[in-house]
Amino acid sequence: MIKLEVRKNAYYDSVTLMLISKDLKKLDGVEEALVGMGTELNREIAHNIGLATPEFEEVGANDFFVAVRCEADNTFDAVMAKVEELLNKKAESKEAEYFPPTLEGAVKADKDLNMAVISVPGKFAADVAQSCLDNDINVMLFSDNVTIEEERALKECAFERGLLVMGPDCGTAIINNVPLAFANVVKKGNIGVVAASGTGTQEVTSIIDQLGGGVSQVIGTGGRDLKKEIGGIMMKYGLDALINDPKTEVIVLISKPPAKEIATEILNIAAGANKPVVVSFIGGSREEVESFGLIAAVSLEDAAHKAVAIANGKEPQDFVKFEMGEDKANELAKSEAGKMAPTQKYVRGFYTGGTLCDEAMKLMIAKLEHIYSNIPLNACDKLENARNGASKQHTFLDFGDDEFTVGRPHPMIDPSLRAERVVTDSLDPTCAIIMVDCVIGYGSHEDPAADLADAIVEAKANAEREGRYLCVVASVCGTEGDPQCLSTTQKKLRDAGAVVMPSNAQATRFVERVLAYAK
Amino acid sequence: MSKLNELFNKELHVVNFGIESFYHDLKGQKVPSVHVDWKPVAGGNKEAAANLRKLKRPDIYEKIQEANKEALRRILAAQPTLIGLGIAGEVIPGMTKDTILHAGPPITWERMCGPVRGAVMGGLIYEGRAKNLEEAEKLAASGQIKFDPCHMHNAVGPMAGVVTYSMPVWILENKTFGNRAYCTLNEGLGKVLRFGACDDEVFTRLHWMRDVLYPVLREAMKIKGEIDIKTMIAQVLQMGDEAHNRNKAGTSLLFRELTPAVLQTDFSNQQKIDALNFINNNDHTFLNVSMPACKCTMDPIFDIPYCSVVATMNRNGTDFGIRIAGLGKDMWFAAQAEYVAGLYFPGFSEEDAARDLGDSCITETTGIGGFCMAAAPAIVQFVGGQVSDALNYSKTMYEITVGEGQAYKIPSLDFRGSPTGIDMLKVIETGIRPIINTGIAHKDYGVGQVGAGLVYPPDDCFLQALNAFAEKWAK
Repeated sequence: MIKLEVRKNAYYDSVTLMLISKDLKKLDGVEEALVGMGTELNREIAHNIGLATPEFEEVGANDFFVAVRCEADNTFDAVMAKVEELLNKKAESKEAEYFPPTLEGAVKADKDLNMAVISVPGKFAADVAQSCLDNDINVMLFSDNVTIEEERALKECAFERGLLVMGPDCGTAIINNVPLAFANVVKKGNIGVVAASGTGTQEVTSIIDQLGGGVSQVIGTGGRDLKKEIGGIMMKYGLDALINDPKTEVIVLISKPPAKEIATEILNIAAGANKPVVVSFIGGSREEVESFGLIAAVSLEDAAHKAVAIANGKEPQDFVKFEMGEDKANELAKSEAGKMAPTQKYVRGFYTGGTLCDEAMKLMIAKLEHIYSNIPLNACDKLENARNGASKQHTFLDFGDDEFTVGRPHPMIDPSLRAERVVTDSLDPTCAIIMVDCVIGYGSHEDPAADLADAIVEAKANAEREGRYLCVVASVCGTEGDPQCLSTTQKKLRDAGAVVMPSNAQATRFVERVLAYAK
Repeated sequence: MSKLNELFNKELHVVNFGIESFYHDLKGQKVPSVHVDWKPVAGGNKEAAANLRKLKRPDIYEKIQEANKEALRRILAAQPTLIGLGIAGEVIPGMTKDTILHAGPPITWERMCGPVRGAVMGGLIYEGRAKNLEEAEKLAASGQIKFDPCHMHNAVGPMAGVVTYSMPVWILENKTFGNRAYCTLNEGLGKVLRFGACDDEVFTRLHWMRDVLYPVLREAMKIKGEIDIKTMIAQVLQMGDEAHNRNKAGTSLLFRELTPAVLQTDFSNQQKIDALNFINNNDHTFLNVSMPACKCTMDPIFDIPYCSVVATMNRNGTDFGIRIAGLGKDMWFAAQAEYVAGLYFPGFSEEDAARDLGDSCITETTGIGGFCMAAAPAIVQFVGGQVSDALNYSKTMYEITVGEGQAYKIPSLDFRGSPTGIDMLKVIETGIRPIINTGIAHKDYGVGQVGAGLVYPPDDCFLQALNAFAEKWAK
């Protein structure tokens, strides 16, 4: 039976509700559950998962609803009790504190506000951001689904007023050593980062920290900043500020390869910096960067190594090695490959970090030719219906892409879909290697390794039962100082049977070796 | 050096909208931060958001803010003063023998709720216009009686708010602006006319009030001269009242002011004792003084161009009505009144309740009542809340008001001035509706009060008002 409860004009934020939906599905006797506001999107989801009864037509955008498919009436009573418990849990914790409902109220509470972190639904985000700019407050726009026109208007306005708009859809920044949204606890230092990539920035800054370096400022400009429509407004502004910042001695610039004319403009500014600038145009042309007298990085990891070398007064060199040593890596790769069945040929990369997924594909594409993906390097390798369909040969999926985040939090907050996929693909006899990232730090799930480790154990057992050996290669993006702790997280994955590499690039190199030995 | 370089040398103060865990991460790192309990503007209502945007155009919005400041200035400058008592027909403007005033926005006999009908019929019997309910009902429906909101006659009435020609009324004057306001004398709890009760017990009391109580109080006020009610309200807020649903302190203070004068009158000792006992035994006596005090405070803000301050909120048990200062006295924005969420007297339940009723939310309109719940934490027990809820109700009201009271202050909020002057635009923008403390009437006439609790105006009043406001001022 399908049960529906509606509360008119009761507003709860969507993340809370989505997390509640997830908890409800764990209750005995609950087949499907959806808790949400009656937005168009949620109504569509309800239809899609078969929860939309005729009464559902009455549910409006301002109404809170609980829709459940369950076996018995008393199951629904239990569901409603759980909903109450979870909603009120929040209310109780709120009791001690007063949260103003508007920016105006927030400004009354703290007149010195100078940075806004905005993660409201995309269609409202631009308005909220604009009101912050109007109050002379810099903006870190975490929300996605902000239109490019809105982004441009916001950034132009911000630039005119000497303010930052970081984002949208790029959740990383460390300003004055305060990590904002998705960011790691990185030591204070002399390396300034300006980046149009979220997890790319986390990878670089985390490795800087692991190498003993530190950061002065990390400015995330948003993934589209270097597109023609935006013209790199914030990249240029941030770069300029880092150039003028006495605490920044080395600059790292991170982006996917930008449009040609914008690349030229940015590289020209960098060339005039009077400071060393390391450029990581992920998968971009090394020659182009070097023609401006700048230092090109061959991977995110390499960017961190070079920046730290320069910061320590050393000559930067390409880092393309294994930290465990070449011999040991080869030996391990050979041993992993040796246990596989003849049917096992393909690698599957399941990522919560979009840039990390992109980097892995770019580092491997030359050897693999076709990598099917929801964010393919070549349009012809586009994997349709990536969320529900099967993987195809070599497949890499970005679980943070729109298709996977509709009606769900970002996979770094809720990595359960990715964990499920690890198990699903372990049943595919052609699957040889599963590659995963695990991003920790502020903003991320409080223990992303836990679910993933369980999934790895289950996946390996599935393969073994069918006479195969599944190789799982993981890398953890984060630092020892992060709340989840780098070494603790790595250990959980290692204990589950994964080969844990110190970086995404090394994980990629390792996978290449395993594939080579498996042939 | 850019402004961004200046930011690099400042301490970061972060405001967080959306995912609450980002705020807790910041707090955990001891970063100064504020989380905004954000909701979509106007609850995602696109038309309202568009109207708001029009009105927020800098040139228009500046005028609105100036107008609202002027409204606040007038509200704060008001000096509501009790100056005496009189008979409704003799003192209330536009009152005729065929007029019956009622609470709330305009309404026809056909649409009146049970308690208001009961009070109207009771009023007609009280005036000797009908011998019984049957006759009274016939007369009420005949078209011969003119029904009009109290608010259109400088008056206010709690619950049904029925005022008839010969009823005695308190007379309040706003000394700053010279305007007056009127309200009947409170009958007490239980079976009373304002809850629609209309049997002999009610008439006996009403007649006693007119023939025994009223002359004593009228004479006493002549001796006393006048009583500054603004100061008295300021005091009651420091004594655990909020002057709407809790009036113990107010009634006590009024009693202290009146008693010496009552003793100086020439009436028999028994009559004086009966009069004083009646006041002493009715905690709500002061409500019928605080309401007209608020009414004469708010009336001077009408017709300030561009003013988006709510000048009136009231309800008649069928509709909730509001008026906006900048749209004038004749424009009512009404929508179906809600049910009160609250505590019921033993033997009654939600099924017995009438919809929200009465002019008493003139107190909230003026910044006391529910807006000063933090001053009267005992009230939250009605809804099973805690003291911190009372504080938060008041704190939240600052988000939708233009300014803060100068005389009316809230001790538990470090004597912060009460949230004053509801800005309709802020109500729409934040989705925060004004909180109202109120009594609950039985849905049938003749039963009386069945509980008390908290209620809000319906959104639709504000949405209609916004449309009209944008139409008038955002051209």
